[in-house]
This record gives sequence, structure tokens and C-alpha cells, in this order.
Amino acid sequence: MTLSCEHLTVAVGTRALCRDLKLTVATGELWAVLGCNGSGKTTLLHTLAGLAMPAAGEVDVDGRPLAEYGRRELGRALGILLQREDHEYWGTLSDYVKLGRYPHARSMFGPGAADEEAACRAIAAFDLTALAARPYATLSGGERQRARLAQLWAQDCSTLLLDEPLQHLDLRHQLQTLQLLRQVTRDDGKCAAVVLHDLTFASRCDRVLMLYGDGRYASGRTAELLQSHVLQALYGCRVHAYGTGADAHFIPVI
Amino acid sequence: MSHRALLAILILIAISSILVALMFGSLPVSLSALLRTLVDSSLGVVDDVVWKLRLPRALAAFACGGLLAVSGVLLQVLLRNPLADPYILGVSGGAALGAIGALLFGGGLAITNLAALGGALAAIAIVFALSFRSGDWNVHRLLLTGVVLSAGFGALISLVLTVAPQAQLKSMLYWLMGDLSHAHESATAWLVLAVVLTLFMLLATGLNALALGAIKARALGVPVGSLQAAIYFCAAAATVAAVMLGGSIAFVGMMVPHAMRLVGVTDHRWLLPASAMVGGSFVTLADTFARTIWAPQQLPVGVFTALIGVPVLLLLLSRKA
Repeated sequence: MTLSCEHLTVAVGTRALCRDLKLTVATGELWAVLGCNGSGKTTLLHTLAGLAMPAAGEVDVDGRPLAEYGRRELGRALGILLQREDHEYWGTLSDYVKLGRYPHARSMFGPGAADEEAACRAIAAFDLTALAARPYATLSGGERQRARLAQLWAQDCSTLLLDEPLQHLDLRHQLQTLQLLRQVTRDDGKCAAVVLHDLTFASRCDRVLMLYGDGRYASGRTAELLQSHVLQALYGCRVHAYGTGADAHFIPVI
Repeated sequence: MSHRALLAILILIAISSILVALMFGSLPVSLSALLRTLVDSSLGVVDDVVWKLRLPRALAAFACGGLLAVSGVLLQVLLRNPLADPYILGVSGGAALGAIGALLFGGGLAITNLAALGGALAAIAIVFALSFRSGDWNVHRLLLTGVVLSAGFGALISLVLTVAPQAQLKSMLYWLMGDLSHAHESATAWLVLAVVLTLFMLLATGLNALALGAIKARALGVPVGSLQAAIYFCAAAATVAAVMLGGSIAFVGMMVPHAMRLVGVTDHRWLLPASAMVGGSFVTLADTFARTIWAPQQLPVGVFTALIGVPVLLLLLSRKA
């Protein structure tokens, strides 16, 4: 239920995006990953999920190095919501969500009763029950995003990585997703790292990781890092911060 | 309609297609005469025509269609391209070049078959060597290599056809168009079909995930590299087995999987067996038509798979739109 790394370097070609990263996402913690476009948030998430090789260092999931995990075993321990999925899916929303049960499948002939149940719960959690029988290809952008979140929920991993989970979502579902993330970390003891661009949502996370894109990073408590001068250095634009804690709001100066 | 019911209907259609193939041809045999040959072996010529000529050919046609359809399903997942068909990786081009090359030098049936097999295997090896690097598949490179190689084979085939003597042109053309008139022995093809179909029905959930893209499938715990390798070699084996029986029979491998998806079968657990049944029945019926319509003249089945397939697919597409 922890995700950790030490001396991790993430690079694209010869350009180091993030150097010597030391990170521990502990049980029950929700982390926000912030940074400009192209600063390496997605590459870092892929590296933490074992989908890309680090330039140096290694990643531990629940205290064991990633390399020791079998593919399917890792699929039960760690789940990732990808930022983009370009491929047409031909089946229904419910079929799509059930694919999240792949690493748990006991039978080669497809999902069992437990898998069906987990998929149903996940579909309900994201308000998709009425759409379950619809072909995935006919869903709107936001509905697809919720289906992808539901698939991750059905995968039922203790460590979650989410790359821009709020994209395409309406306000209510953005809130709902954040609440669900809070709930599974606080109540179910999962841990999660979430790439966000909305600072107000980020302020509801426990900790923040900031990537500057040139190898530097900053990590720490949300209250310490989410301050106007830090954000200005990170994004290169001015941000007003109002309130603190559960009342914090952030608005860019236009 | 549930998938189970649909598959049951498709199996019935498959059996009927074999029956139709036994009954029609230059010598029509009624169903009652067909049944009589089962108990009465004194019917001589009817007995021979039905059991020694038509049955082996119908079985070969069915295996051929089943193999092409299954290969098409697999390659459409591997290449994530709806236009993928069994011939896209150059297997049929290699086989055809081998075969007509052998015919050019006056090779007999055995030599021609051997040369076709050699050409197909060479194409598989070349594509594999060029697109598989350090344990990883580059799907775009795989697709492009196959297309480029096919174009090369096409040019060489045209060259052979231009220099070939008149007398051999017809048998060469039949190879290129897809023809089952020399297909009698289909035991190997059935074995390949059974093995490939069983293997991938067991791996079907992995195929469903792989259809979402390699990274996504890997994130869900699918062993992507080995699954892709299994798909490539099994699809190639299925295509070789089909091409060895009937040459390049057009359209089946691309059309059948789409037709099944358009009627709502998308899960590979059902898509694979359903496509095998439809592909098999389709080629069996098309071949029966090809040898009946202008009997005793036998036309190449590849012409009819395309002639029947094109309007059917266009109809399904327009209905969906």
C-alpha cells in the first residue's frame, strides 16, 4: 500500500525531466502531482507504474522492487489511469469496465461472479449504471472518462496513479471523483498520486509533488507548497491564493 | 439475441453449408439421394461424386474460410487497424510468388506447393526480422514492412506473369485469384484451425485488452510482448495453411470480422468462433456457387467471395450509418 522510490531519474532521450527523486507515497495518502505541460508528469507516472524504464534508480511497490513483480501480479497491486486512450473500443461500457478485472481473472473463460460484482459497483460509483449496456463508442468524452475511472476502480488496486482524472468531467463529477479518491485513500487505506491542473482540487490532497521539467522537483505538505510565490515559480504566471486548508482557493491572475 | 444463441445458429448454418456443397454441382444430388448413399453403396457415380470429390473439397473450403477469418480477427487486434487482413503481412504474396515461380519452371503440384510454402515462410521471416527489435513490437513498422513487402512481391509476380508462356498463365492466375479445385487434403488445415482457435479463445480476454492499445493492456497486466508474438505467428500459420489450400481467396479475412462486429459480436471469446463459422460457411457456399453456376466449368472461388462479400459488407455498413 505504499509506493516509493529513491534516486529515481526520469528522462526523455538525453533530457532529464526529474533527477534524483525521493518519494514515498504512504498508506492512506493522496498526492497531487503538479507541473507545466511537458514537465514529465506523465513520464514519471508511467515510470512509477513500470510502463517506462527509469534512467536511473528503481521503484518499490509495497516494499518490493517493481522488477520482482509478474505483469499480472503488478496489475493487482498497482493501477494507472492513462491520460490518453486513442483506440476505438468495440464493446459496451460494461464490457469495457470489466477489462479492469483482467489481473484478477481466475478463469481463462472470462469474468466470474466476483468480477461482475466489482464491475457493477465501480459502474454505480461513477453514475454509469444507466449507460452500462451502451456501446463504448457512443459515449461522450466525459462519460468515457468516467468509464475509464470505473475500470480503474474495478481493478481494485491498493496503489493508484491517475493522469489528469478530471479531464472532460463536468463540475459535479470532478467533485465526485475527488471525493471518491479521498474516500479510498482515507477509509480503505489505498494510496494515490494524481496529476492535476486545478490547484483548488490539489489543495485537498495531503501532499504535493512539483516537477519543474529541468530535473528539479519539490515535494512536501500541501499547505507549505501551495503558496503564491511557489506557484508563480512553477507555472511562470501569478496565482492568487485565498483561504487556507479546507477553505483554500486558487485563481490565476488574468 | 444472446451470443450463445447466435453461435448455435452459426453452427447450424455451417453444417447446412457443407450439405449444400454436397448437393450442388454439375451433377445435382437431392437430399434423399444424399441420404441414400449413406446406406447404399451401389449408387456408384453419385456415391463417388459426393463423398470422394465434393466432401473433401467442401471441408477444404470450410477450413480455408475459417482460417482466413480467424487470422483476420487476430491481425486486426495486433495491428489495431480495421483494414488489416491475412494478406497484409506479405504471406500470400510470398506464397503466390513461390508458386507461380515454380509453375514458370514447369514444377508439378508437389514442387509448386513446396515453393509456395517456402515463399510464405520467407515472407514471415523477413517481416519478423525487420519489425521485431529487442523484445518489443513496433506495430506501425510491422504494418508498413508487410505492406512494402507485399508491394515487392506484387511487382515480382507481375514480372513473372509477363514473361510466362501463354499455356501456364491460366494456372498462375487461378493461384492469384484463389481457387479450391486442387484442394482435397485438408487435415493439416483443420488441425491448424483447431489449435489456433482453441489457443486464442483461451487468451480472448487478453485480446480484448490488447485492442485498447499495448500500453493500456500492459497496465492491466497483459504480457503484451509474448501475446503479440503468439498472435503474429499463429495468424501467419493460419494464413499459410489457408493459402496452401486455396491461394489468395479475397475479402474473407477482412470482411468476416467486421460483419460480426457490425451485428454486435465484439468480445473475442465469441468473435473468434463466430468468425470461424461464418468464414467457413461463406467460402464453402461461394465455392459451391463457383463450381455450379457455369458447370462443368469451375470458376475461381476468390471471384465470388469478393462479388458476394462486397455488397453484403456495404449493406451492413450503410445500415449502421
